[in-house]
Amino acid sequence: MANLLTISGSPHIQSDNTTKKIMWGVVTALVPTMLVSFWYFGLSAIILTLTSVAACVLFEYLVTKYLLKQASTITDGSAVITGILLALNVPSNLPVWMLIIGALVAIGVAKMTYGGLGKNPFNPALVGRVFMLISFPVNMTSWPLPMVNRTVLADAITGPTSLGIIKEGIAKGDTVDKLMSHVPNYLDMLIGNMGGSLGEVSAIAIIIGGLFMLFRKIITWHIPFTFILTVFLFTGILYYADPTKYIDPVFHLLAGGLMLGAIFMATDMVTSPMSKSGMLVFGFGCGILTVLIRVWGAYPEGVSFAILIMNALVPLINKGFKSKKFGEVIKNG
Amino acid sequence: MKTFKLGGVHPKGNKLSSDKAIKAIGLPKTATISLIQSLGAPPEPVVAKGDKVKVGQLIAKGNAFISSNIHASVSGTVSKIEDTLEASGYRKKCIVIDVEGDEWLETIDKKPNIKLEIQLKKEEIIAKIKEAGIVGLGGATFPTQVKLMIPEGKKAECLIINGVECEPYLTSDHRIMLERGEELIVGVRILMKAIGVDKAFIGIENNKADAIKYLSKLAKNNLGITVVPLKVKYPQGGEKQLIKAITNREVPSGKLPIEVGCVVQNVGTAIAVYEAVQKNKPLFERVVTVTGKSVKNPCNLLARIGTPISMLIEEAGGIPEDTQKVINGGPMMGKSINSIDIYVVKGMSGLLMMPEKESKRVTPSNCIRCAQCTFICPMGLNPYLISQMTETQNEAMAEKERVMDCMECGSCSYTCPAARPLLDNIRVAKNKVGQIIRTRAK
Repeated sequence: MANLLTISGSPHIQSDNTTKKIMWGVVTALVPTMLVSFWYFGLSAIILTLTSVAACVLFEYLVTKYLLKQASTITDGSAVITGILLALNVPSNLPVWMLIIGALVAIGVAKMTYGGLGKNPFNPALVGRVFMLISFPVNMTSWPLPMVNRTVLADAITGPTSLGIIKEGIAKGDTVDKLMSHVPNYLDMLIGNMGGSLGEVSAIAIIIGGLFMLFRKIITWHIPFTFILTVFLFTGILYYADPTKYIDPVFHLLAGGLMLGAIFMATDMVTSPMSKSGMLVFGFGCGILTVLIRVWGAYPEGVSFAILIMNALVPLINKGFKSKKFGEVIKNG
Repeated sequence: MKTFKLGGVHPKGNKLSSDKAIKAIGLPKTATISLIQSLGAPPEPVVAKGDKVKVGQLIAKGNAFISSNIHASVSGTVSKIEDTLEASGYRKKCIVIDVEGDEWLETIDKKPNIKLEIQLKKEEIIAKIKEAGIVGLGGATFPTQVKLMIPEGKKAECLIINGVECEPYLTSDHRIMLERGEELIVGVRILMKAIGVDKAFIGIENNKADAIKYLSKLAKNNLGITVVPLKVKYPQGGEKQLIKAITNREVPSGKLPIEVGCVVQNVGTAIAVYEAVQKNKPLFERVVTVTGKSVKNPCNLLARIGTPISMLIEEAGGIPEDTQKVINGGPMMGKSINSIDIYVVKGMSGLLMMPEKESKRVTPSNCIRCAQCTFICPMGLNPYLISQMTETQNEAMAEKERVMDCMECGSCSYTCPAARPLLDNIRVAKNKVGQIIRTRAK
């Protein structure tokens, strides 16, 4: 027995869940999506992913060590997640230096300036992505086709995304029927055989990752489910009203960054609400904004903007939607 | 199977001593009986240095409404009445008795037979319980008679007996249910009579299947008593959680169980009530679980109040080499003690010896806003928010967040992946808000 006993307040035991476990769990959940991106986009996808992760981890290390002068936090795995998500959000032929600037903005500006993991109001990877989208609009919206570019690094064969084709076509006055022949079929969209950002292409891989996180209790169903359902219902109503002007809801689910956004970005625990009712509101808001931007906004895709806007509303949602407290009932039956 | 709905956690049970029969340990050379044995005002000593006392004799009398009598747990001579380090971690007034023999008061019925027939009337039962110095033996040590006096305008509808024992490691209630089931049932019937109800539920978690089976069999012939198996979940032994699990009623915030027609008593308390009412025996001994992962012989010991805990630890095979923390109670709500030179009190349900590697706290890191604490809080509070209010010294704001509803079950700190000291901060806030409420009342 020790000479001096340790004194501390209860509880004296701690569950084995840790921040590290949660973060590395998310990394594991991202593996299927990464593998699909490597399969379709080959070498360039691998190079971009590695660069992005390395840059994010390095920037976090440098900021904690030289600016904040604190113990390094890079082993907690959150910088790795940001790195992977950032890479999954860019086209495969993006010049590497642009991605490094994106990583600097994501980690340096969107995460560490607020105090690091847990303090940032906006999803760092999304901030990085939107920064690149605004700064390098051409490179960020030319999408190499899958499979054909596996071994090519530059001068890839590119094309617009499905959402882009539809949006531009409708703007020109074409009907949806005619445009549908120019976009991939649903099976290809489901497995990821289409042009797009690295991680936006395969709905199935993303859903597998999502189920893993649900099983490990890293996320709850509230945000992804309401997000996706809202998009489905909203676009469904539009499609029902005028199928020549609006594309069907299944297309909206499979195209663009909806799955990646709903399952991996909107569920970021740091930047989403703390109560289940708040999460439902958050998911609903993300869904509405996504459709508004996709259908009537200036960009063909709106998931990133929708999530960032809802991130900004999280403090308000947390105030307005608190968990139900015990003993609030007035009558007992 | 029933359980409470809101929140809850699943710490490992570690019930190392659940198959060890209760063993009475020998008498100490001296018994050091603290005057802090219950919540409320400490009682006044009614013996003086040099007095001869018998086992069961009143030695301190509780005069306030919320206060409880204390009886000699041993026979002998009162050698000192002075401030001594005791289970609370402070130096408090204790009555020290040098043990001579084991002479009980003649009025105590020492015969082993079980007395089934309840002769006393309602008021007499409550008076007897008050006289016998019975307190809630689950750990809260609230004077039992106070809980049995139903306030005017309220009506008790059912009695709930707490056999949940949701704290990891502790097994004393489990053993009591198995070994003293028949007395327990009589105790329950006495308590039912005292509060005038014809329904009683005994809530037991299903990790104690043997106790559920045994008591269900005994309850069969006793109309009105039902054993309710409950799904294992911490903190089901919390009064409000247990009422919710069994009756699906929610005690409103800031109110007592009687608001929804319930009175809750622990199984150990029911046994003490049986002994007081049927056998005229005041509360002067209790069952203590002595346990820990490195403890040689984890066990359940029946010890007189005032026995040095070193005697209990010796009985369990001595204090393990790697012990760094000793806890009075279980690991979730127990208090770590600064010395093993303390003595058994009425509220001591267990002694847990924690090895060094489990004694140190994990270094906290940033809150990642995972909201786990809000999901598992059995009172539906926002521990992260209250904790933040403490950190920014805005504790007063925590009143609106219902900080006073917190029962300090520890589920938030237990769950936090960033190892934030949530409950520590909540305690600070409770303290502050409590002061504010008291000043306002004046």
